[in-house]
Amino acid sequence: MPPLLNVQELVVQYSTLRGEVKAVNDVSFSLETAATLGLVGESACGKSTLGFSILRIVPPPGRTVAGRIELQGVNLLNLPLEEMRRIRGSQVSMIFQDPMTSLNPLMRIRDHFIELFRTHDPSIKKEDALGRTAKLFDSLGIAGDRIEDYPHQFSGGMRQRVMIGLALALEPKLVIADEPTTSLDVIVEAQVLELLKLLKEKHRLTLVLITHNIGIVAEMTDRVAVMYAGQIVEIGPTGDMFGDPLHPYTKGLLESAPNVLHPEQSMRPIPGNPPDLVSPPTGCKFHPRCPKVFKPCPLREPLPISQGSRLVACHLYD
Amino acid sequence: MSSLVEVSGLTKYFPVQKSSLEAMLSRKKEFVRAVDTISFTIERREIFGLVGESGSGKTTTGRLLLRLIEPTSGEIRFHGDNIGELSPQSLRQFRRRAQMIFQDPTAALSPRMRIGPAIKHGLDIHQVGSAPERKKETLGMLERVGLAPPEAFYDKYPHQLSGGQRQRVVIGRAMILKPEFAVADEPVAMVDVSIRAQILDLMLSLKNELGLTYAFITHDLATANYFCNTIAIMYLGKIVEIGPRKDVFKSPRHPYTVALMSSIPIPDPRHKVERLIPRGEIPSPISPPPGCRFHPRCPYAQAVCSDREPQLEEIEPNHQVACFFPCT
Repeated sequence: MPPLLNVQELVVQYSTLRGEVKAVNDVSFSLETAATLGLVGESACGKSTLGFSILRIVPPPGRTVAGRIELQGVNLLNLPLEEMRRIRGSQVSMIFQDPMTSLNPLMRIRDHFIELFRTHDPSIKKEDALGRTAKLFDSLGIAGDRIEDYPHQFSGGMRQRVMIGLALALEPKLVIADEPTTSLDVIVEAQVLELLKLLKEKHRLTLVLITHNIGIVAEMTDRVAVMYAGQIVEIGPTGDMFGDPLHPYTKGLLESAPNVLHPEQSMRPIPGNPPDLVSPPTGCKFHPRCPKVFKPCPLREPLPISQGSRLVACHLYD
Repeated sequence: MSSLVEVSGLTKYFPVQKSSLEAMLSRKKEFVRAVDTISFTIERREIFGLVGESGSGKTTTGRLLLRLIEPTSGEIRFHGDNIGELSPQSLRQFRRRAQMIFQDPTAALSPRMRIGPAIKHGLDIHQVGSAPERKKETLGMLERVGLAPPEAFYDKYPHQLSGGQRQRVVIGRAMILKPEFAVADEPVAMVDVSIRAQILDLMLSLKNELGLTYAFITHDLATANYFCNTIAIMYLGKIVEIGPRKDVFKSPRHPYTVALMSSIPIPDPRHKVERLIPRGEIPSPISPPPGCRFHPRCPYAQAVCSDREPQLEEIEPNHQVACFFPCT
């Protein structure tokens, strides 16, 4: 059976006044049904753009210029727009980072759901749509009487539950969650993550979890892809990646993560700053910050090489 | 020798803005009880962490400490002097000795001011030295905060810098007058994790160099555990637990502190732990629950918790908890 999601040689580019920026630069990976992939990296490493590109909602001036995105063998990039619209929500959906800007402040919460059901099935009766919404509310842990409320009457955590509900309403196979808890306080974050775990199990969802929080990756995922400057530098099973990171950037990223249980062993900084993607460094894009840099690094770009359960793009393993 | 900062009974209520119709219908004025009778001391050269979720009152406390806003009641003493009663001259001196490091470097820096002059501004206002001396001092500070070569950075605008570099400018600007005390309000919340430790390490080395004392405001317990000596946990305008970092993290006693700790994701896939996640969210600070403010969400709450308000009590040396049934 082919994997649920198969991304090959994907390139997404933004045209800016200063030049072309390859936000996603030749990215390939695949994902099995019911797996959770963590997509991690610093700001502007391309992780959100990669997520957007799967739903074909990269904001302009961004464009997907090359590659394939196959969902159950069908290349989404070749589909007519009408067909893609049907797939969004019903096959692939997204949980956005900021629930305040993603919900319409002038629409009642229930109308967000009714609109969604009706768009995908114009023949559905209003009562049926309402009934389905009520059932969803129950599974989201939101009291049924709040269905009439407006978004501003909801707290941040409740709004994020609504966002999760909207993403799962049509029972998609693949869900992309872009920093779903970043704007939440730690206790509410834990509540929302518990909910996401529960729903994922129940519906056998496949999840791409985009986050900068290494703790969430450890807790929620079974595979991790580490992105740097638009490329996946290492990908593999979560346990292996944390136990023995191969790429120096993966190692740096893990060691920079705060660990409340072991403060003395955490938060080691990675020197330098993320690169300017208009004029990225030559060779390996991480080489100016890499503690293990040697001769070939500035000269040649490392290609992903298989190392046991993992793929790693680093000259140390050539 | 007295403590550097002594806070007693500090309270700040903000009036709730109502529409004129609502105001006519109800006489009762409502207040957001952002900070409600809190007391603590900050010792010289320590890093005092104020930790809490949104709406806990930590930022309001930080602003009160610098007298950026006036308290509703209570007092703050700096070197023994009540900062609410300073003469204009002493207040000016206080402003020089106590500085603020803001959270969002993009909002804290004027987009139209080059970063050299932005850092130098404090020296200009307090007329420290001659003009060439001030510029020299500023170049030195740019280099000190890691913006080298300083001559190249002096004339740059904030938009030409990365987020981490901008936060270095904000820190340099706070340090240029060699203060004794700085309130840092979530100084690393907006920067990438990989850069976060760089910024904290810079703050730490400046502290050692200048003999600084920090009040460090954060929602992130992990950062607090890395950086602070003393931790005060705030919930709905109250300090619920306060003590030396090690004690608070090794043996948290307030159920809220325990809940906070167990909610933090641990960056280790082998780490499996039963969690204590309280239900619901922080109630409104306009009408906080009676008694212990955490009781509606507390798994150990009993009748007394909603009747009476627990006071901070010492449970081991310097470690205080406001709870009738502290965890063990």
